[in-house]
Parts: sequence; C-alpha cells; structure tokens
Amino acid sequence: MTENYTALYEQHKKAGASFTDFGGWQMPLKYSSELAEHHAVRNAAGLFDLSHMGEVWVTGPDAAAFLDYALTGKLSAVAVGKAKYSLICDADGGIIDDLITYRRADDKFLVVPNAGNAKVVARALAQRAANFDVTVEDASAQTSLIAVQGPNAEAILLKLVPADQHALVTELKYYAAVEVGISFGGTVRDLLVARTGYTGEDGFEIYVPNLDAPALWEALLEAGEGSGLVPAGLACRDSLRLEAGMPLYGNELSRQGNPYAAGLGPVVSLAKESDFVGKEALGALKTAGVGATIGQKLVGLKGTGRRAARGHYPVLKDGALVGEVTSGQPSPTLGYPVAMAYVDVEFAEPGTVLDVDLRGKPESFEVVALPFYKRQK
Amino acid sequence: MSKVVSELKYSAEHEWVAVDGSGPAGIGISAVAADALGDIVYVDLPEVGSTVTAGETCGEVESTKSVSDLYAPVTGEVVEINDGVVSDPALINSDPYGAGWLFKVAVTEEGPLLSAEEYAAANGGEL
Repeated sequence: MTENYTALYEQHKKAGASFTDFGGWQMPLKYSSELAEHHAVRNAAGLFDLSHMGEVWVTGPDAAAFLDYALTGKLSAVAVGKAKYSLICDADGGIIDDLITYRRADDKFLVVPNAGNAKVVARALAQRAANFDVTVEDASAQTSLIAVQGPNAEAILLKLVPADQHALVTELKYYAAVEVGISFGGTVRDLLVARTGYTGEDGFEIYVPNLDAPALWEALLEAGEGSGLVPAGLACRDSLRLEAGMPLYGNELSRQGNPYAAGLGPVVSLAKESDFVGKEALGALKTAGVGATIGQKLVGLKGTGRRAARGHYPVLKDGALVGEVTSGQPSPTLGYPVAMAYVDVEFAEPGTVLDVDLRGKPESFEVVALPFYKRQK
Repeated sequence: MSKVVSELKYSAEHEWVAVDGSGPAGIGISAVAADALGDIVYVDLPEVGSTVTAGETCGEVESTKSVSDLYAPVTGEVVEINDGVVSDPALINSDPYGAGWLFKVAVTEEGPLLSAEEYAAANGGEL
C-alpha cells in the first residue's frame, strides 16, 4: 500500500508527533502522551487532523433519491444544513462503511466515509448512481479536515470567527453544518463547519482545501493558547471514541458483520418507500431477530480488575467461548478497563458477568450499557 | 530519540540490568520500550522470594494501547520490587532508569546481555 501524507504532515513533525499507518495514511499517533491528550479533550480541547477521512460530493436533481437508494438511511428526509449518520451496505447486508452525510442544498450532499474505505465508498456510490441524474465527485485528495473537540472548542473557534457571524457557531446544533467565515492567514475564508465529532465531547469539524490547511491548523493552535488546546493524535481519538461507545470500522463494523448485531438497527430505514441496496437481506436479518434473539450482539464490557481486554481476545462464560472483544483498553477517564465485544445474545443483558481470556488468565468483566462515558451537558 | 544509559546492560527484550558489584541487580525496562508502549497504566511484577529465569516471562507491562510481557534478563531470586511503580506505573515513562525501576534480583546467572552501544545500535536509542 502506498503511504499517503496529509497536508499537515510538516506541522505534526514540528510538534514532535510519532506516526502510525492508518488506512494507508501516515497519521500522528500522539504528540507527547496519549493520556495527557485524552484528558485535554475531556477537560479543555484537542486539535485533530482528520484529513485522511474521505469527502465525496453528490450533486444533481436526483441526489436525495439516489442516496436513499445507496445508503441505509432516509437521506431525503434530512433538512438542508443537517447531517445524518448512516451506513453503506452490500446487497447481503454486510457493512461497507459507516458514514456521515451532510445535506448542503436540496440537490447537494457531502458524504464522509472513513479513511481506509474512502475509495471503496466513492466507487460503490459511482456504481449505484447509474440510473440516477447525479454527479459523484471524490474530493478526498483535495480536502483536509481539522477537528477541534472538547468543552473549550466553541470558545476557541469563535476567536477566529468575525463577531457578526458568532451566532452561526453558537446556534449550530449537534449534527448540523454551516458555512462560516474563519479568519486565518490574513484573510477571512468561508469554510464548512460541522458540529460533529468522534470523542463524546462538544466540538467542530472544519473542511478546508489542502492549501489552506496548515495556516488554519496554526491559527487554531494559536487561538487555543490559554484554553488548554493541544494537538491530539489517533491514540487518544481511539480511547475517546471507545469511552463514548462509538464503533470503529474494522473493529466493530465489517463486511462480515451486520447493522443489527452492531446495535445500528435504527440507522437502517426499512420503512422508507424506496428500494435500497441491502434492503431485502437486512429485512430478513431483522425478521429473524439477529442481534436480538439470535446470533451475537455488540455490548460494552467493564473490567473488574486492572488488566484490560484487547481486540480479538475470547469472551467466555463458564469456560465456553461466547464471544470476542473488538476493542478494549484501560479507560483514562473512568479508571477501569472498558471494551466492546460481540457476545451471544443470551449473554448480552447488562449485569451479566463474563470472563475475558487475558492471555491465558480469565478475568471477569460485566456487561454494561453503552456508552461508558457521557458528557455532562 | 529514546535515551540509552551507557552504564547499564540490556536484554534483547528491552530490559535493563544494573549490576552492582556483589549486590542484587536492579532491573527495569528501557526508555526505547517505554516510549514504544506509550503511557503505562499497569505493571505486573514477580513476587519477592520467587525465582525468575533469564529469557522467561516474569510479568507484564500494560499501556493504554498495548500490553507486553516482561522478560527476566537474569536468573535468580527476586529480593525487592518497586512498590512505587506498582501504584504509579507512569514512573516507567517519566523515569525508566530511575524511579521507574521494577525489581531487584540476587543474580545466579546472567542471560545474554548487550552493552549499551550494542542495544542502542540495534534499537535506535541514543546514548
């Protein structure tokens, strides 16, 4: 696989980042301590480079009808300015990716897939567009994405927004996006700002052309001085999203899995009038009771000891294999090990005590409701 | 770059050994290993009075991101463990060759150990 570098690679190097491959991209894993970065996002703010994420624009008179067909959600029901979390599934119901779709106009949507899936999603959308009057344009290579996440995110962002546009930011709802003037590098540029994130905190994701990304990154860091803002890497992004109970494609979600086992049944609109890719298979899975009365279900696990469960560790009940951990680590915020795991539905009830095989030693974990962490509003 | 202390010896599994004349040898993990693991949140050490065998696992070190076995670099009886590092494993990150030491062994036999130069050359540390 070729290595991709974001437009902010030099900024990360300068900040002392250690890098990791993620979805074919060289991304900052951490700058100093992933624990310090995690706590900064929970208590102050963190600055993330998410430029590895994809950006696929869908435009044209049939854009809404097309996305109703291509994705599991009812995108035609999304108001202009709002966003929706959805899935793109195979005909057999397997999950190709989870994605956020922003409606920018009646006939214009921005679809944001995960880094490692961006090309696959763009290709699948292009294929599914055959009978629709739409244009599918993969702008991933030209677009950077910078996120400011944490309780101080709004105050930091406002420092770069002209006063007469502050209300656009302060009144922006969760899962909504708006074009806002942002002042950096000597001028004010209109950029798409979304109130979304993957950390369980309030925060913003800002779409910016690659050329402008370094100057915006520097301006945000400067605006965050005195507000506890630190650059934050993928290591803490993973621990933050795990605490917030958010699935990661490749860990909790895959082609072999399905939305019902993953607890994402509500994201599948079987009720929408139009046909969509995967509808028949997904309807059959739901009718069969997958993730409810048969098969496995994604659950939260809370460790009772200090040792953490990790991805792929076996989950046991009375010594018998009943599941597998998908993600796990010590929770920096909560102070005990947390994990997500697929377990047989009969053991998925919160309060059930199971064992995780920690490298040969069983350690007891309790099934708990997700998320592990919910911020105080 | 992670520091490698020149007065110590090292195992290929990233433990350092401080051989102190005839006294017990202090043992810890190198800054190279601590940095690679990330923030260490849990450490499982051998018990005082137990015997460890060079090249065999004798505990584990767990960070937020991963877990790694601890290998005994020498054979002998464990005579002391660092309680400070059990209650505050972050000492391994902040001071791997000092306050982050792990345990002491009355050595009966050394395992294959590298000099600081050899270890640094093999693992990209800085002397």
